[in-house]
Amino acid sequence: MGEGTAMARRKGPGVENPGDSIMAAKPKLYYFDGRGRMEPIRWLLAAAGVEFEEEFLETSKDLEKLRNDGSLMFQQVPMVEIDGMKLVQCRAILNYIAAKYNLYGKDTKERALIDMYIEGVADLNEMYLFWSISPPNEQAAKMTQMKDKIANCYLPAFEKVLKSHGQDYVVGNRLSRADIHLVELLYTVDELDPSLLANFPLLKALKTRISNLPTVKKFLQPGSPRKPPLDEKNLAKVKEIFQLK
Amino acid sequence: MAAKPMLHYFNGRGRMEPIRWLLAAAGVEFEETFIDTPEDFEKLKNDGSLMFQQVPMVEIDGMKLVQSRAILNYIAAKHNLYGKRHQGREIDMYIEGVADLNEMILLLPVSPPAEKDAKITLIKDRTTNRYLPAFEKVLKSHGQDYLVGNRLSRADIHLVELLYLVEELDASLLTNFPLLKALKARISNLPTVKKFLQPGGARRKPPVDEKSVEKSRKIFKF
Repeated sequence: MGEGTAMARRKGPGVENPGDSIMAAKPKLYYFDGRGRMEPIRWLLAAAGVEFEEEFLETSKDLEKLRNDGSLMFQQVPMVEIDGMKLVQCRAILNYIAAKYNLYGKDTKERALIDMYIEGVADLNEMYLFWSISPPNEQAAKMTQMKDKIANCYLPAFEKVLKSHGQDYVVGNRLSRADIHLVELLYTVDELDPSLLANFPLLKALKTRISNLPTVKKFLQPGSPRKPPLDEKNLAKVKEIFQLK
Repeated sequence: MAAKPMLHYFNGRGRMEPIRWLLAAAGVEFEETFIDTPEDFEKLKNDGSLMFQQVPMVEIDGMKLVQSRAILNYIAAKHNLYGKRHQGREIDMYIEGVADLNEMILLLPVSPPAEKDAKITLIKDRTTNRYLPAFEKVLKSHGQDYLVGNRLSRADIHLVELLYLVEELDASLLTNFPLLKALKARISNLPTVKKFLQPGGARRKPPVDEKSVEKSRKIFKF
């Protein structure tokens, strides 16, 4: 992101810059019907107030077709068609959306903090992802490891950030993607074990505040594009689609 | 006068190497504090210097930044290596592909011996059938000297770093990719990169060997 980008035009958070929406088509998400690596993208688009469409892969043949179409630069999903481009790689997609909708801080230093925080969130998300698809006999050990990291490394780090400035948002005293990705994580943590959040009052308060933003509130309601945790049936489907063992 | 960036890591490539490449390519002199013992690492953690108790950590412009991508993104933006408006998404897409292959190569020395052969086969397959074709196709599509926007960006630096790793793994892997080979040669000849690639004085670290893997295991306890 060069300096003269969308970031430099200061509109309110979540508001698109004029002139950016010449392509009025809704973004289209290509993935399976579940969270996986697409869920942070759904959260971010939703928080930014952007309506989107989804095409779900149901079988490995659907993935083959997308690959043969030449739609996937590295033969992988997530893929999002947005503003005339078929973007793959979550971070490329998320970075683009965040910058476009002014959710990436006001300058490079704010962005550096945001990146540092969200990469921590991403590391924990990655642990969760692998846990959810690992064999049942390995899950207990992975869960223990994950809970330890959550309680002793990640949540304390983020609570400390909020404590250090006492503001309502993680970075720059205004809504950014850092708040969205972190709150998404807090919901996941809450699902795993609500007691993990017990000693983190500022994080709990952030979760409540962000959840009450109109766009996020709407996304958290039933019937929204938000996906549930992976169940057995969908795990089998995921393994077939991606040919996992 | 701004202080030079200070890199905290062990004395080896690992996850710090792309940061060294990018700083060097941008012509930025930097310093390094090497973590040589578990005690060194404990000290950094206890200092409160590491947000998630991990390195790489780079002290730069008054910040103690951790997380490779946060560090790289900051350096790239600061030194105009992140493209112009909207080119960022293209650059990001390419460099994330590079990062995925890089990760496979990075983790190879620490994978269980019984799995190594299969992993090498997979890496070679991905290299020649997924990643290199994708990048060759980009260069072919516009016929320009740089991957994005007809000017040097971090995409060129990260990709060329990867091409050197691929070459070290197996030089024949690059055979059928003439445009990538040409990119590698051109980028290597840029004055800052040329300097970085020189033996002796250069910051570039040598390939991983068994001894350094063992040392890392002791320090980082994995």
